[in-house]
Amino acid sequence: MTTETHDHGVDRDEVDIFDPRLSRFEIVREGARRDGVEIVHYEDPFPVPGTKAERRMVRTVAACFWITGIAATAFLVIYIWWPWDYDLGSNKGKLYTPLLGLTLGIACLAVGFGILMWGKRLMPHEISVQDRHDGNSGQTERKLTGESIVYMADEIGFKRRKSLGLIALLGLTPIGIVAVAPLLGGLIKSPTKDRILFRTGWDPAANGGRLVRLTREDGTPIRPEDVSVGGQMTVFPDIPGGATNEHADSPTLLIHLRGEDAAKTSADAKPVNQGSQWGNYVAYSKICTHAGCPASLYEQQSNRLLCPCHQSQFLITDNARPIFGPATRSLPQLPITVDEDGYFVATSDYKVAVGPAFWERP
Amino acid sequence: MKRRKVDVAAIPGNFAGGLDDRFRGSTPLRRIINKVFPDHWSFLLGEIALFSFIMLLLTGVFLTLFYTPSLNTVTYDGSYAPLRGVHMSEAYASSLNLSFDVRGGLVIRQMHHWSALLFLAAIVVHMCRIFFTGAFRKPRELNWIIGLTMFWLAFLSGFTGYSLPDDALSGTGLRIASAIMLSIPVIGSWVTTGLFDGEFPGTVIMTRFYITHVLLIPAALLTLITVHLTLVFTQKHTQWRAPGRTEHNVVGERFIPRYIIKQSGFMMAVFGVIALMGGLFQINPIWLFGPYEAFTVSAASQPDWYVMFLDGSTRLFPAWEIRFDLFGWGDGYTIPPLFWPTVVLPGILTVAPMVYPFIEARLTRDYRRHNLLQRPRDVPARTSLGAMSIMFWLVLTLSGGNDVLADKFHVSLNAMTWAGRIGLLILPPLAYYVTYRICLGLQQHDREVLAHGVETGIIRRLPDGRFVEVHQPLAPIDEHGHGSLEYAGWVVPKKMNRVGALGPAIKGFFFPIEKPVEAPVSPGHPPVSPRPEREEITK
Repeated sequence: MTTETHDHGVDRDEVDIFDPRLSRFEIVREGARRDGVEIVHYEDPFPVPGTKAERRMVRTVAACFWITGIAATAFLVIYIWWPWDYDLGSNKGKLYTPLLGLTLGIACLAVGFGILMWGKRLMPHEISVQDRHDGNSGQTERKLTGESIVYMADEIGFKRRKSLGLIALLGLTPIGIVAVAPLLGGLIKSPTKDRILFRTGWDPAANGGRLVRLTREDGTPIRPEDVSVGGQMTVFPDIPGGATNEHADSPTLLIHLRGEDAAKTSADAKPVNQGSQWGNYVAYSKICTHAGCPASLYEQQSNRLLCPCHQSQFLITDNARPIFGPATRSLPQLPITVDEDGYFVATSDYKVAVGPAFWERP
Repeated sequence: MKRRKVDVAAIPGNFAGGLDDRFRGSTPLRRIINKVFPDHWSFLLGEIALFSFIMLLLTGVFLTLFYTPSLNTVTYDGSYAPLRGVHMSEAYASSLNLSFDVRGGLVIRQMHHWSALLFLAAIVVHMCRIFFTGAFRKPRELNWIIGLTMFWLAFLSGFTGYSLPDDALSGTGLRIASAIMLSIPVIGSWVTTGLFDGEFPGTVIMTRFYITHVLLIPAALLTLITVHLTLVFTQKHTQWRAPGRTEHNVVGERFIPRYIIKQSGFMMAVFGVIALMGGLFQINPIWLFGPYEAFTVSAASQPDWYVMFLDGSTRLFPAWEIRFDLFGWGDGYTIPPLFWPTVVLPGILTVAPMVYPFIEARLTRDYRRHNLLQRPRDVPARTSLGAMSIMFWLVLTLSGGNDVLADKFHVSLNAMTWAGRIGLLILPPLAYYVTYRICLGLQQHDREVLAHGVETGIIRRLPDGRFVEVHQPLAPIDEHGHGSLEYAGWVVPKKMNRVGALGPAIKGFFFPIEKPVEAPVSPGHPPVSPRPEREEITK
């Protein structure tokens, strides 16, 4: 075993590195010493070359690189020749992605383990100790640098010409703001203009003053008999793009209540919701007042509407009041009636803002 | 003219000489080669994050070539038959195309997603290592703060990337994000309309998220990673306590070649794991979710794991809304309940850990520099605080999936919410208490072994009939039979094998490949101190 041990920090003579008798390792060690590093332990794991153990380790490392080569080749072959077009059902194409991942993964893992074993098992083990040059720079250095910095201010002359400094500052502040202004200004979009946070696609004003019909996703209008008792349907305003994300605040849930529930709903209606019900039909905003998810899980028996995102629950028969979960506000009710053609229409927009609450919302 | 013979062997030397003539690089290069790095498995956790980030850059560049950040409506006509003819955004259509109609696109997309999950996970585990071992103490507070900043950048990067495909799941997440922004007092509605260019979802959000995701955040992360690693390099890595290791040295291996070789091997192994996961484990199958529509959502909508704690906090927070009138302006004002669990809580979770190193230094009056790590058991208060935070996070994360838990275990959903609310208040302090007791117990056991020695498993019967276990002292003992060793802040051997009771392992599967070096103790003879001579029983 070639274990080299040295006392660290002991005074030593400078080594003449041009001395031809020095081995390369001795020069390396001298270089390390000059960098404050002492190699205190250096040991070849296989001091006798060609032992069984060494050959075994070499074979293992070589196997890793063999596996890499085979797996990487397999990756390329699969990548090029394996049928990869997507087709429904179970077919060979379904294996394309797993096979690519498998071969690439094996290739990377094998090369990784090969390198690791080479470094950890075949190379000499070593323990080196390096001094930490820890701590601050020292009083002298601090003083020199500190004074140099303070002197800069003297040189520029802030103290001597105070008013000039002030005026320069006054001039520079706006230019600093100029650098930010275009970015911020470009992004600003007033939320109060056109009251966009309070209006939805149901507003007759945007429909040329005509009342907006309730439609299905495909744009067909809805008659009362289209919704069975206890049933519900998601409806959209009958305007261009009414069922698209352009009107993400407009989806509404039209519910056909059972007779006794409808009577109760009508009797319990808040002032703002009075007259919004048409017969046994009610329409509530589908956008949860908590975080804006569609509150879409309607439980027919208990007349509860559950929002699947954060589990707020709304009681439909009591103004869609929140009865559990983090929501604080009732779902807004859309006032509906039936027009002369027998289709549902909204008599006006929602009377309060739909969706999650915000600062300016009363 | 006679042709000069080229001395091939001298070329590298001459080339290097020429470089040094110009750049004077010999000394700095040798300093880097000779730089010593301490070695411990727990120092590699941050590396996993670094390597996942590299993988994210590699796979991400590929994805940018095929993704279109646009919310324009198109009709899908790609290979995935179930969605053919469906109207969807170009963003979603291009995400489908790069999954189905780009050769090898799906494996790259899945590798990208898995790398992102691994990136965040490695960051979190790495931060836990830093916290529990006290590696954030002076002089490394700044690097701790940079690390935390990178965690939140990675979080944002993950969220923006998750939103880009514009599928039903991520669109719902984006809508919740818009509601979160809306909930900020005073500026909330301005921030939201500014970001979305009007009402949610508008038409520009994908373009803005795209540039944020592929340029702004990666550039910021790259810069901070560079600073982070430079600081580790110049301040030198911390090390565990062990013989010969002090506050003023670094004990380990030199940077090049050993450390670099291990790092590159480890990097390839991390890449390999990501590739395996990307190929074999499906992640975010956006084609099953369908395009985002404001009116569709499915139950069990869960975000990626690192967002789930915020989802949980949102679910658990009670319906507390503040409404008030401000000098009769406007129609009154609102602070929505969403504001507290999704804006205030992350704010606290950002600021509290950033100032923690300074608070701890103040409370313990410890303003010295520290380069040696602490075992978690030796600092019970900090360790318990960490365990308490992890418990807090765990309750929130589980609550983020409480609808799934309620469904799978047939529990009432409302009961799950209440269990989360109560658990969030009770379990973290309990975790603090239990961890504190465990730390003290471990400390005590270390001292006990140092004083009395290692349990040997050998039972001795005393003349008076009592049974005692023979202990192997770790050092010479005094007249009371107590060891004189001080606790050194490092592992105390507690098993006989650890003090050399067994010979070295013999290598070889069927036959030993080499005769083992002479075992330190001969087999059959228990490696314990000779017992005192047995007294004659006279009675």
